Amino acid sequence: MTLTKRTWIQLAGWGSLAAAAALVGCSKKEETTTVATAPAASAAPAAPAPAASGPLKIAFAYVGPVGDGGWTYAHDRGRLAMQKELGDKVQTSFVEKVPEAADAERVFRDMVSQGNTLIFGTTFGYMEPMLKVANDNPSVKFEHATGYKTAANMRTYDTRTYEGAYMAGVVAGGMTKSNVLGVVGSIPIPEVIRNINSFTLGAQSVNPNVKTRVVWVNEWFNPPKETEAAQSLINGGADVLMQNTDSPAVLQTAEKAGKLAFGWDSDMTAYGPKAHLASSQINWGPYYIKAAKEALDGTWTGGGNTWWGVKEGAIDLVSVSDKVPADLKAKLDAARNGLKDGSLVIWKGPITGNDGKEVLPAGKAADDDFLRGIKFYVKGVEGTIPGGGK
Amino acid sequence: MLKLETRPSPSRAMSLASPLLALAITVVIGTVLFVLLGKDPLRGLEVFFVEPVKSVYALTELAVKATPLILIGLGLALCFRSNVWNIGAEGQFIVGAIFASGVAMQADASTGRWIVVVVIVAGAVGGMAWAGIVAFLRDRFNANEILVSLMLVYVADQLLGYLVYGPWKDPAGYNFPQTITFLKATQIPKLFTGYRVNIGLLLALAAVGAFWLLLFRTYAGFQLQVGGLAPAAARYAGFSSRKALWLALLLSGGMAGLAGGLEVAGPLGQLTPHVPAGYGFAAIIVAFVGRLHPVGVVFSAILMSMFYIGGELAQSRLGLPKSLTGVFQGLLLFTLLACDTLIVYRLRWKPAHAAKPTPVLKPKEGV
Amino acid sequence: MDAFALLIAATLNAGTVLAFAALGLLINERAGIVNLGAEGMMLVAAVAGYATAVHSGNDWLALAAGAAAGALMAAAFGLLVIWLNTNQYASGLALSLFGAGFSAFVGLPYTQEKLGERASYRIPGLADIPLVGPALFRQHPMVYAAIALTIALAWFLYRSRAGLVLRAVGESPESAHALGYSVRRIRLAAVMVGGALCGISGAYISVVYTPFWVEGMVAGKGWIALALTTFATWRPARVLLGAYLFGGVTMLQFQLQGEGVQIPSQFLTMMPYLATILVLVLISRNPNFIRVNMPASIGKPFFPGS
Repeated sequence: MTLTKRTWIQLAGWGSLAAAAALVGCSKKEETTTVATAPAASAAPAAPAPAASGPLKIAFAYVGPVGDGGWTYAHDRGRLAMQKELGDKVQTSFVEKVPEAADAERVFRDMVSQGNTLIFGTTFGYMEPMLKVANDNPSVKFEHATGYKTAANMRTYDTRTYEGAYMAGVVAGGMTKSNVLGVVGSIPIPEVIRNINSFTLGAQSVNPNVKTRVVWVNEWFNPPKETEAAQSLINGGADVLMQNTDSPAVLQTAEKAGKLAFGWDSDMTAYGPKAHLASSQINWGPYYIKAAKEALDGTWTGGGNTWWGVKEGAIDLVSVSDKVPADLKAKLDAARNGLKDGSLVIWKGPITGNDGKEVLPAGKAADDDFLRGIKFYVKGVEGTIPGGGK
Repeated sequence: MLKLETRPSPSRAMSLASPLLALAITVVIGTVLFVLLGKDPLRGLEVFFVEPVKSVYALTELAVKATPLILIGLGLALCFRSNVWNIGAEGQFIVGAIFASGVAMQADASTGRWIVVVVIVAGAVGGMAWAGIVAFLRDRFNANEILVSLMLVYVADQLLGYLVYGPWKDPAGYNFPQTITFLKATQIPKLFTGYRVNIGLLLALAAVGAFWLLLFRTYAGFQLQVGGLAPAAARYAGFSSRKALWLALLLSGGMAGLAGGLEVAGPLGQLTPHVPAGYGFAAIIVAFVGRLHPVGVVFSAILMSMFYIGGELAQSRLGLPKSLTGVFQGLLLFTLLACDTLIVYRLRWKPAHAAKPTPVLKPKEGV
Repeated sequence: MDAFALLIAATLNAGTVLAFAALGLLINERAGIVNLGAEGMMLVAAVAGYATAVHSGNDWLALAAGAAAGALMAAAFGLLVIWLNTNQYASGLALSLFGAGFSAFVGLPYTQEKLGERASYRIPGLADIPLVGPALFRQHPMVYAAIALTIALAWFLYRSRAGLVLRAVGESPESAHALGYSVRRIRLAAVMVGGALCGISGAYISVVYTPFWVEGMVAGKGWIALALTTFATWRPARVLLGAYLFGGVTMLQFQLQGEGVQIPSQFLTMMPYLATILVLVLISRNPNFIRVNMPASIGKPFFPGS
């Protein structure tokens, strides 16, 4: 039968190729010698032995490219700060563009097999894969950003980006002439809605007449879409733009249209010098240094959550433009100092939702749990949250 | 100079050697790329071709990655053989995942293991339904199946987004776009504890046998192939091109949907906006490199999976960019198509300006 | 009403991207070749254009670089498909897939680069007419170039000898060959010009539309352009209108969101794709209609002399 013969020939061809490749592989030396290359088949896998005298190996998983000028760039800056501070005691590495999907699990397992004992996952979507790998490797420490599930060897961390959004709002409220602010939203999760709300509250603190309009691109990073979304906000009358997406596209669109905007996650001044008012910049360095130090001196414990803000130096509004008049700058500084010493509580009642219902009674300050579950727009934000804020 | 000359008949040897030659060329170009990037080329090749098969764990991961490629590739191979160009396998994959999730979410604590069967079947049904739209529009309105199936990929993607951001969102999930994590009962049973490979692999291997039988041992398969190779002959023989169209699309859609269902109820365990992983498009390359033959599809799926996993490893071990995977895959298909011409043509060295011998015309007798 | 004028302006801008690519593909298909590699060509052209803009600071050079990149890739495709007679659909797909990976790879050093300040254009005088001014006369010159190209292409196809020859090659390459025309060379020329136009479109995206480079930034516009040529029954003017229609739908989707329209945003995003399917169905319904309008030799390989 000719077909069978063809199949056998193909098999032989591929087989010989594979055999050749295997020969090449077997003649190479093993790369890392300190740890096992795969978790054992039994339920209790062998834990990789930590290198006693070598530097602490730390690995980072990024969802975007390091060059995004936004979210991932900020994380990498934090990693570099940690590396600089701790020098020879740590050895850091990263993998970028790890998708928030099943493949992430393989990347985390590979990081473990490479001898990393402290692993950072920098986006919400890594939660389930990290949890799985954490459960299989009890002696490796896992840090998950912006998530909520923990384990004995896994904890979560985040930055109070809403404080940066509030400060930006203060500037926006004072700079807008049309009283219409525009926000390009990424994904309608509580973190982003909280930022939109805080931005509006900040603006209302200096200008009670502002309205905020929101357009969602449903992605963290998509510059062409962000451009179109920003353009449509400008078309609708917004003259100051804010974003929760990870690229400078919104700022660039504002620059082209002669409007004003903010940088987000990193300092984006260079992308739109004429339009740039200020950048809400996340500083992951202090937390990363703390976590690494704890891992080094053995005081690291899992299961908790760290949520740092202006007070701890994790977020700030930087590169405030000279376009901002002195009196507005003074208000901004007052807000910043208030956040630093705790005298300013952004989420303190009375706060009303945009459907008219009161969400925080007068005088009551919201706790972290309330903040984590925000599914409503405050008064002044137009529209409803997609997917229905239940 | 080198000239292309038609062979008297297509060369069987070349049709086997062509994928190998294409792979060899891709490897050579890859080596050059590694050198240009300042990396050790042997190490680069090792990461791509050896690391993914080095340990049991690595082999199981390879199987996990290859399973959807094999499933979808089989369906597409059949489709392309029938000259039906289903480019929308990715969309059928997504809808299969959606249907499978819908069933999985109906389970509660008391549901038995039998639901796994329903989940898998639902996935296949979903894919078939989505491909059925393409078949219907082509059958009834003559609409080009390439464009329709492609547009439906985008529609399916948006549909997925709508469901996970809206009605199917996990109420306890902090408003994140994802469904609940499916209950243990609905999860595809794994083959060995501790590894991610599941029965999907067995299904894929069974499908290879089934497709081989269908294509090469049944009358329907024969009709499909003739319809693709010589439509006029098929019409003359009375083979229904409508039947071929529907069969090809429903089968390939069903396979893509099956792959989607397995992916979502297996390694993922929930429906998220990240379900579309590009398998539907990668499977097109898998089908071609596999010479549109069921067994070939297995090998090319393994090869493509090595590219995927190797690309990941190249990132973490060598600091090479992830986009290399895409470059290799595209390059492989391109070189394959180029090498395929050698099946029908052969290269000959002809001296330039060679005088063509003029045939001497002899007057015919008695004309 | 001001918002409406701005929406028109945005539509023109968005439509121009599609218009260039679709017109290029139109030339291809008029000669009988379907190039599914549009997306890949546009991506490679986008990165080529962006890199050129970064290094030279000159937008026009960048657009030229994009055109060259597109033409080059189209030439490779053309050699495969015209001389080696490989399957057009598979070859086009290979081009797309390769272009996606290659552009991402080559573009890596450029993801953090920024272009200089973007010029804004306005036609003096006309731009100040209320309503019509902001809507129509504050566009980048390429927007007007697209309109000019459409008119030129229509003239070329229907009023010039060369255009007639091109159409003949697309309808019946055997007859054209019998008449002594070099079908293969004409097809290659068509493919390369088409590739150059797709390249201009790609470079326009990365240098003018969203002055930024990120992998995959063409985001499916190449595939929409392919649908457009069929949608427009292979006539240049219809292609341009169709391009504006699609551009408009994309912008409309965001506009509606911003105004608080209750439809989930995903259904709005679906609109351009569903619209394409609808139009495809409508025009394909009548096989005679399609036969009259579609170049008869599309997708079929040509063997001179055999």
